[in-house]
Amino acid sequence: MIISIASGKGGTGKTTISTNLALSIDQEVQLLDCDVEEPNSHLFINPVIDKKEQVIAPVPKIDLEKCTFCKKCMDICRYGAIAVLKKDVLTFENLCHSCGGCFEVCPENAVIEKERSLGEIEHGTARGISFIHGRLEVGQVMAPPIIKKVRSYTDPNRVTIIDAPPGTSCPVIAAMNNADFILLVTEPTPFGLHDLKLAVETVRILDIPHGLVINRAGLGNDDVKHYAQKEHLPILMEIPFDKKIARIYSKGQMVVDKLPEYKVKFQDLFRKIEQLVEKGGQNK
Amino acid sequence: MRELVILSGKGGTGKTSITAAFASLAENRVFCDADVDAADLHLILKPDFKFSSEFKGGNEAVIKPDECTQCGRCLEVCRFDAVKFDADTNTFEVDTIECEGCGVCVDLCPEQAIDFPEVVCGQWYISETRLGPMVHARLGIAQENSGKLVALVRQEARKIAKDKNLDLILTDGPPGIGCPVIASIGQATALLIIAEPTVSGIHDMERVGQLSRHFNIPAMVCINKYDLNPDQTKKIETLARESDIAVVGKISFDQTFTESMIQAKTIFEYNEDSQASIEVRQVWDNILSRPEFKNPVTNNIMQHL
Repeated sequence: MIISIASGKGGTGKTTISTNLALSIDQEVQLLDCDVEEPNSHLFINPVIDKKEQVIAPVPKIDLEKCTFCKKCMDICRYGAIAVLKKDVLTFENLCHSCGGCFEVCPENAVIEKERSLGEIEHGTARGISFIHGRLEVGQVMAPPIIKKVRSYTDPNRVTIIDAPPGTSCPVIAAMNNADFILLVTEPTPFGLHDLKLAVETVRILDIPHGLVINRAGLGNDDVKHYAQKEHLPILMEIPFDKKIARIYSKGQMVVDKLPEYKVKFQDLFRKIEQLVEKGGQNK
Repeated sequence: MRELVILSGKGGTGKTSITAAFASLAENRVFCDADVDAADLHLILKPDFKFSSEFKGGNEAVIKPDECTQCGRCLEVCRFDAVKFDADTNTFEVDTIECEGCGVCVDLCPEQAIDFPEVVCGQWYISETRLGPMVHARLGIAQENSGKLVALVRQEARKIAKDKNLDLILTDGPPGIGCPVIASIGQATALLIIAEPTVSGIHDMERVGQLSRHFNIPAMVCINKYDLNPDQTKKIETLARESDIAVVGKISFDQTFTESMIQAKTIFEYNEDSQASIEVRQVWDNILSRPEFKNPVTNNIMQHL
């Protein structure tokens, strides 16, 4: 089973839920941190890393000996990453989406695939959890290929928990698509509610069973609860607004270690998710 | 004309609340919400929409079933695994969620059986608010090209600043360090990184710091909720000093931010004597007196291109 933890708004508690849920479940668990722009899960579960790999994507390099300056590569590139001049060809790696059009279309085989690094992936273990995360290289723009690579290691024999990035655009979709369940985390504030609505729209487009965790309950107002009721969005867990929890988080500690009563609450959350997944499966 | 871009790396550290607070203090400015994915600044500034336009950010491949000969060339050339083959019906189809809009399949289909319509990826707006003009946008759900839309709203904010002779653009940036963030910092005068004293807040602040150095744009740091963890706050101050980034102030963990947000007010409109208001005012004064902001060097070659 794949559970993706998402939110719309950043800083609502995705990583807290992901890591504490992973540590509480009595089954084999795999935690995939797919917030590759700002991965944070490792700061809380401290995995021992045993394998690293680069994520690469090709960019064009022009063999000027073979090039006839026919401009076919420039014409097929929708990103303006190639400029063919009279006696030279300029390529702009930062604009390239690695679609491969230039390699395909060149009649002279003059476009060579050069590797560029988008970021890296690390594999490890922490307290019985199998852990993988990706990290976008500073200055690179393409997060989705790294997320897809992390997800390619999904182990069907384990419960897979995905820590997704904030927002509603391509990186979030890459972290939610084909999950069995999406757990949305929000806080009961106007910003939290507004971005939750966007996240719910996204989840509905993907047509995946979902539920809600309200973090920092008691802060703000009841509008999130009213919205959830109106939209038949099940509230699966509430974590109260408590500076004690905020301090535990600030030190990189786990809530379930410092406040053991939460372990049962996270186990309960997992049971509710299992039930909803079963029900969602029947409906389809 | 100067532009201050408010960033954080980590989400939820207070970018929008602090940008809105600055809106009450800044003069001769235009506001720009560059978090087009999950824009929130309008919830406080309550804009009066004056102009709205569609954002056509790209194209999407659509296979015409009548003209397709099932040769499979599209599936072969697509590097985004967006072309799906259904063996039961012997049909090829493009998954619009996976499609990158590169058009390679469109150009290479031997039957010209693939359409490539333009897609509306979102909306963008020019508005008036009680505190000044504002440019903002909404990226369509699950749409691509957020970077292009960010570039567009910033360009429009620049135009307004020029037309109305405003000398400051206040830009609320997106979280992360990827495509939309990079689009939100090019040509900026300076970045203000809102950091929180937590292990993740520090980790993410360091990544934004690296990004600012990578693109050679000066950065300053403001520590929000500094009293949550004094040790981590000290760590931020040390790290900032080591990387030559000025700490322009510290703001308390103050629920005034949430209370004013609920009333759709800036913290100054809600309670100008609150602890947070006093501290934010100090931060703003410090920013205005920083040399990197007061006497901006044209450090970005982009401006000359």
